[in-house]
Amino acid sequence: MEMSRLELMPGVWLNHLRSDKFKTACLSVSLLTQLTRETASMNALIPYVLRRGCALYGDMDALSARLDELYGTAIEPVVRRIGEIQCIGFYASIPEREFLPGKEDVLRPACELLGELLLHPATRGGLLLPQYVDSEREKMLDALRARVNDKRSYAVKRCVEEMCCFEDFSAGRLGSEEEMRAVRYAKLSKHYRSLLQSSPVEIFYCGRAERDSLAAVLRDVLATLPRGEIDEEIGTEIRMNALEDQPREVTEPMDVTQGKLVVGFRLGECMEDPDPAALTVFNGVFGCGSASKLFVNVREKLQLCYDAGSMLDTHKGLLLAAAGIDFDKKEAVQEEIFRQLEAMRRGEISDEELQAARAGAAADLRMAEDSQGDLEGFWLSQIVRGLDYGPSELAELCGEVTKEEVAAVAQSVDCDLIYFLTGSAEESADEEEEL
Amino acid sequence: MKKRSFEQIGESLYEERLPNGLRVCVVPKKGFRSCCAVLAVDYGGAHRRFFLEGSPCETPAGTAHYLEHKCFDLPEGDRTLEILTARGADPNASTGPDMTAYYFQCTEDFEENLRLLLHLVSTPYFTEETVEKERGIITQEILMGEDDPGLRLYYRLLGMLYERHPARERVAGTAESIREITAETLALCHRAFYAPGRLALCVEGDVDPERILALAREAFPPEPQPLPEPDFGPAESLLPLERFSREEAEISAPQFVIGAKFLPAAQGGEALRQRLVASLAVRTFLGHSSPFFTGLYAEGLLNLDFGVDIEYVPQAATLTLGGESRDPEAVLAALRKAVEELAAQGLDEERFRRAKRASLGARLRALEDFESVCFALAAGLFEGYCALDSLTMLGNVEKAECERFLLDALQPERLALAVFEPKKEG
Repeated sequence: MEMSRLELMPGVWLNHLRSDKFKTACLSVSLLTQLTRETASMNALIPYVLRRGCALYGDMDALSARLDELYGTAIEPVVRRIGEIQCIGFYASIPEREFLPGKEDVLRPACELLGELLLHPATRGGLLLPQYVDSEREKMLDALRARVNDKRSYAVKRCVEEMCCFEDFSAGRLGSEEEMRAVRYAKLSKHYRSLLQSSPVEIFYCGRAERDSLAAVLRDVLATLPRGEIDEEIGTEIRMNALEDQPREVTEPMDVTQGKLVVGFRLGECMEDPDPAALTVFNGVFGCGSASKLFVNVREKLQLCYDAGSMLDTHKGLLLAAAGIDFDKKEAVQEEIFRQLEAMRRGEISDEELQAARAGAAADLRMAEDSQGDLEGFWLSQIVRGLDYGPSELAELCGEVTKEEVAAVAQSVDCDLIYFLTGSAEESADEEEEL
Repeated sequence: MKKRSFEQIGESLYEERLPNGLRVCVVPKKGFRSCCAVLAVDYGGAHRRFFLEGSPCETPAGTAHYLEHKCFDLPEGDRTLEILTARGADPNASTGPDMTAYYFQCTEDFEENLRLLLHLVSTPYFTEETVEKERGIITQEILMGEDDPGLRLYYRLLGMLYERHPARERVAGTAESIREITAETLALCHRAFYAPGRLALCVEGDVDPERILALAREAFPPEPQPLPEPDFGPAESLLPLERFSREEAEISAPQFVIGAKFLPAAQGGEALRQRLVASLAVRTFLGHSSPFFTGLYAEGLLNLDFGVDIEYVPQAATLTLGGESRDPEAVLAALRKAVEELAAQGLDEERFRRAKRASLGARLRALEDFESVCFALAAGLFEGYCALDSLTMLGNVEKAECERFLLDALQPERLALAVFEPKKEG
C-alpha cells in the first residue's frame, strides 16, 4: 500500500492509500488547531453541532435517513488530541460498491454529504442554531462529568492533568467543564468560521477509488471552503523534566472497591530527537503486554494486582504506569514499578524480554495494515510529526532496536507525579491535615 | 474440507466436522498479514448444572471463567501467554454466559501459535497450588467489575428479569462463590465441557485450510468423548420478577437499562432467522435513525451512548436498551407509547427499506474484523447455522416478521427498568 499526498487547495491535503482489501472505504477529514484551554471546548463541540443537521438535511431524522439510504454509511464526529494539537472533524466509513446490489456507487454521495456537514450547517441568520448548540453543549458536559465512571481512565486523566497543570496539554481532548459551560451559539459560530479559514486540513482515504478521481470529487465538494491565512505554526511544547526535585504526590478519595495507582513520568532528553521505534520497544519491555516487566512482576510474580501496564504519549513525551490494586498495596506496587525501571536503566533486559517487545511492537504495526481505523490513526499521527513512513517500515525499525537504546530511554525517563485514587476517606483527611 | 462460496461478499468458507466431534472452519483471506484463530468452547457461566454420564453435577458461579484462567497452565509451566506474546502474537481469552473462547491474532509463526493454543485447551493441568494462586487475581478482577456501574446495572436488571436461570449471575461469579472452586471442580468441568464435541476452531487469514484441519486433528484424541447434558432448570415465565428498581452509585448522571425476556428459537436456520429479524426490527424501531431515538435525543432525554443489545443464552434471550438519561422513566413511557403506535400502524415501509440497506452496510463493515467474524462463526456452529448466510438471508426478512417480534418482546407487562442515580451531595 503506497501513501500518496496531494494538496487539493491551500492547506488542504489528501492522503490517499489505495487498497482492495476491505469491504468498506474509510474517509476522514480533520481540521488541525492549537490546543489551548480557552478554545478546546469550543473546538470539541463543533463537529457534534455540525452533525446535528446541515442546510440540506436539517435534523437528525433527515440526516440518518440519508445515511441509511447510503447503505449505512457512517459519518461520526471525531475529536482527538495529538500532543498539543487538537484535531476535529469527521470519520466516515462507506461500503464499497463491489458488494452492494447493482454495484451502486455511494462514495460520491457520501463525500457530498460529508462536505455539506462540514461547510453548510443548519443556520438561522447566518449563525449556528442555538437549540443544537445548547443541546450538544449539555451532552458534552455530561460526557465531561462521566469521566468519573471509568475509574481506570479517570485516574490516568487526573494524573496527566496534575502533571501538566502548567501546560495546555492539561486542557484535555474536550476541554474543561467550565469553558464548556460558557459556550454560546453566536461565539461558537464565529469561532467555527475562523477555524474553517485558518486550520490546516488533513483528509485521509483508504479504499478502492483512484486518487485523481477522488481528488476531483473532493475539490468539487470543498469548493466553498473559505481559505484565509493558514495557521502553520501549530505544535507541541515538550517539557523534558519533572516539575519538582521529588515526584509530586496526589491522592484522591472516591467510593471505589479497588485503588488505582498511576505513576507519571516525563520521557526526558530522549524527546529532543525522539526515536519512535526505540520508545515503542521500551514501552513493550516496561509495561505494555503480558510479557512486559510490569505485567510479569507486579501482576504474576508478586500477585499485587489484576492489571498493571504502561502507556506512552510520544507526541507530548509522557509515560504512565497504571495498576488496579488493593488500597494497602500502594507503597509495594509503587516500589516495584520503580525497581523495574531501575533495572532497565542498568541495562537488565533479558534477550527474551527484548525479543518479545520487538516482536509485539512489530506485530501490532503489521496488524494495523489490516485495519482502516488503525491506518487512519497511524497516518494522522505521522502527518502531524511530519513523517512519511508507514506501519510496516516502523515495524522493521522496531525489530532492530537494541538493549542499549531501550536502556537509554529508561535512563532519560524522569518521574514527575504519583497519583492514587483510593477508597478510604480517612486517608485523604490525613493528607489534608498535612497540607 | 467442504467449500462454500459467498459471492455477494466475495468470501469462501471451508468446513468440516472431525469424527471426534470437533468442528473446524476456515475463511481464507489473501492479501492480509493478520491471522486470527478462535478456539471456542460451548460452555460458559450459565452452564452451572449438568449431568455427566448420568450423574448430576453442580458447580459454583464463576467456574467457567476460573477454568479459562487456569487453562493457560501446562505441566511444563504457566508461561503460555508470555510464550505467545514473545512471538508477537496477541493472545486472549474470554468467558461469556454461553461460550468460552481462546484466541489470538498474529502476523508471524501462525502454525506454531495455533499448535500451542490447541495444546493448552486440550491439556488439563490443575493443582491445588496453581488454582489457589489464581484466586487473588480473579478476586481483583471481580472487584474491578464492581467498580463498573454499567456492568453492575446490567446484572441488577438480569436479577430483576430472571428468577432462577443462571444468566442472572455474573459470569466471573462473586468473591464468595469462587472460594469454593478447587482443582477438582476445574478438572470435572474440563472433562465434561472441553470434549472435542463441544469445541469449534474458527480461523480467518491467509492460510491453507487443509493445514488447519491437520493441526486440529493432531491435537485431540480421535474418538468422541462422553458429552454432558446441561441443565438450566424448568422454563421461566416471560414476566419479570421485579419491574422497577432505583439505586445510588458513584456516577455523574443517571444511567438506566430497560429489559425484557423473549423465547429463543430452536437451533438451526430458525435461530439465525430469529437473530436477523430481531436485529433488523430493533434497528428500525429503536436504532439511531428511528423516530423513537431521534425524538428523545432532540428532547435531551437520550444521548449517543444509547444502545440496544440482544443476548442469547441457552433457553433464554434478553433484549436490553440503555444509556444515560436525566429521566429514565420518561424514556420507558416513550417506549410504551411507541409500542402502542406500532401495534396500531405497523412499521413505516420506507424506514424499514432503509434500515435493511443500513443493516447490509453494517454487516459488511463487521466482516472487516477477523475476531468478530470468528466469534460469530463459532456461535453459529454451536447453534446449527452458518453466520455468513446472514447477508443473503437478510434480503428476504419481512416487515411483518419484525413487527411480530417487537410486539411480542416489548409487551408492556414484560418490561423492567433498572436505574442508577448519582449519589446526593454530602
